[in-house]
Amino acid sequence: MTGTLTLAKAINEGLRTAMEDDPKVLIMGEDVGKLGGVFRVTDGLQKDFGESRVIDTPLAESGIIGTAIGLALRGYRPVCEIQFDGFVFPAADQIITQLAKMPLRSLGTIKLPIVVRIPCGGGIGAVEHHSESPEAYFTHTSGLRVVACSNPVDGYHMIQQAIRCDDPVIFFEPKRRYWDKTEVDRSATPLGFDRAQIVRPGTDVTVLSYGPMVKTVVQAAVAAEEEGRSLEVIDLRSLNPLDTGLIFDSVRRTGRCVVAHEAPVFSGLGGELAARVTEACFYSLEAPVLRVGGFSTPYPPSRLEDDYLPDLDRVLDAVDRTFAF
Amino acid sequence: MTFDASGGADAPPELVQLLTPEGERVEHPVYDIDLTPEEVRGLYRDLVLVRRVDMEAVALQRQGELGLWASLLGQEAAQIGSGRALTDADMAFPTYREHGVAWCRGVDPVNLLGLFRGVNHGGWDPAEHNFHLYTIVIGSQTLHAVGYAMGIQRDGADAASIVYFGDGATSQGDVNESFIWASVFNAPVVFFCQNNQWAISEPLEKQSRIPLYQRASGFGFPGVRVDGNDVFACLAVTRQALKNAREGQGPMLIEAFTYRMGAHTTSDDPTRYRVAGELEAWKLKDPIERVKAYLFKNQFADQDFFDAIDAEAVDLGRDMRKRCLEMPDPHPLEIFEHVYAEPHALLAEEREQYAAYLASFEGSER
Ligand SMILES: Cc1ncc(C[n+]2csc(CCOP(=O)(O)OP(=O)(O)O)c2C)c(N)n1
Ligand SMILES: [Mg+2]
Repeated sequence: MTGTLTLAKAINEGLRTAMEDDPKVLIMGEDVGKLGGVFRVTDGLQKDFGESRVIDTPLAESGIIGTAIGLALRGYRPVCEIQFDGFVFPAADQIITQLAKMPLRSLGTIKLPIVVRIPCGGGIGAVEHHSESPEAYFTHTSGLRVVACSNPVDGYHMIQQAIRCDDPVIFFEPKRRYWDKTEVDRSATPLGFDRAQIVRPGTDVTVLSYGPMVKTVVQAAVAAEEEGRSLEVIDLRSLNPLDTGLIFDSVRRTGRCVVAHEAPVFSGLGGELAARVTEACFYSLEAPVLRVGGFSTPYPPSRLEDDYLPDLDRVLDAVDRTFAF
Repeated sequence: MTFDASGGADAPPELVQLLTPEGERVEHPVYDIDLTPEEVRGLYRDLVLVRRVDMEAVALQRQGELGLWASLLGQEAAQIGSGRALTDADMAFPTYREHGVAWCRGVDPVNLLGLFRGVNHGGWDPAEHNFHLYTIVIGSQTLHAVGYAMGIQRDGADAASIVYFGDGATSQGDVNESFIWASVFNAPVVFFCQNNQWAISEPLEKQSRIPLYQRASGFGFPGVRVDGNDVFACLAVTRQALKNAREGQGPMLIEAFTYRMGAHTTSDDPTRYRVAGELEAWKLKDPIERVKAYLFKNQFADQDFFDAIDAEAVDLGRDMRKRCLEMPDPHPLEIFEHVYAEPHALLAEEREQYAAYLASFEGSER
């Protein structure tokens, strides 16, 4: 079963399959019903599965996550949609103090198989709060698994893996890539959703990225090749836990490492990656691990987002700098 | 679903209305208002001009000059009525849709466009107009308004604050907390909920089983439902609520019963979730037509007056468009401005690095 799907449609189909496979799977969120979500990721699901399984909730994010926890305690598997990255914060308390910690509090008797889907990142010309990359808040919170898909194949498979997982999963979807299309083989055996993937092999420098930045980094790799430089592009896919085996192996081969994400560099996930790579691959490194990302400012008004978002040039600039040591 | 309004036989009618959709003036036992013909003409002018501001902004968005616009179409009376009830000393806290209130507070319409065009996150000085910045995160501003009102109270000032929010917002924790704080501290704040029946695609039933104004009683303060398409009633009720607040009688919830005539924003497609018939029914309750009918019927205005207002609206739209197109794009290094009030080492370092990076492209295409 293959077909060409956009990322939005691939996640939609993944959700549909998960709902068909398991009657305990529910979808909850603002405007997920008739509207199909503002990005149409849940399009058609309420029509086919009914209002009792695809639930338009009151406008309250804390309520969405808090009641999802209660439903999970009764054996359901809620998939919660947060409409935009910047609106997850009213739910932060429920996510950080309850969702992440209740299983441990129960000595493992409680499982909370809840997925929190969050469209993330910038690049769509939106107003404030609609372009943020809040992943580090969640990777910093033990008890949560955090993943980010970057393409339709992963969108289709990873959402199903996240739903089947007995731990809470924060599931980031790169909103500026929702309309990108690729072939999706629905019957293929998917890579584990806690595994990273080499999306473009190379020999000179390892570039780590995830979500919306993967495409940018691949473009940078294509451009670098014309200048005779070979970039190995790794899509992390899982942000917590990190697939360090694959990452370290790559860096030990290439001797150089650059991390690229949209979120601010300062205290971002890139810091964790740089530290771990340095600790594990110190004797293979020809240069310090360099980070490319957003500035230490709130996400700017959209007319400035092309300056804020790391682009191909800024990725290549960092690559160049790793060769200057 | 049936709603049971609390009171007995002599309870006031559930909906405060002073001007019918046909332009007939009606009395109300509690809320009334005496408006001179000149004042009514002024309200009419406001209504027409803010509708024009809105239309122009929608057009600018369609032409790619704005990234987004949240239309106030249908909600003009709620906004002008309440906005004109404010004194200069009162403070207003808007959502993202209160272009009519902004107008009443003297904010230049062009300054509203900045955040929708993506050149800034808020283009006016709140203190200059006593009109706070637009708040996009649903409900947050209700707590700010209560805190501001607590400040007014401490200062012994003759003022109140008013906060705008939607029907959907009433589900948020912040909004419910703001009701509690206002009540416990007897804060001089007016909660002005524009119930436009929809929160994007979700109808009111997704948020409440009782009329929203009735929520107030559970928090310990009065609530009233007003015809949100009746500018007289919105003015009368808000004026009274603000007066009560200023006089120490504490908060009040006003539910302005109205309708979002347009899409949620220019990104939205309401045909996916609501039927056209609903819109047709509300068209008959248009907030501007009834004032026009009233002015005509009572011979408070002639055709020349209406023509002059229309001409003024055309000029206003034209001027707005021109100045929108002239709005300069911010300089890239402005990303680093206004993040902190005090110097900040990390930001200074990043700014310097980015300036050098930009300079490295000088003379070449980036
Ligand atoms: C905390 C939060 N969650 C979600 C959103 C996305 N959102 C923007 S407007 C809106 C609906 C608001 O409805 P309502 O309060 O009735 O106000 P209206 O837009 O109808 O004026 C939603 C869900 C948001 N801005 N903030
Ligand atoms: Mg509404």
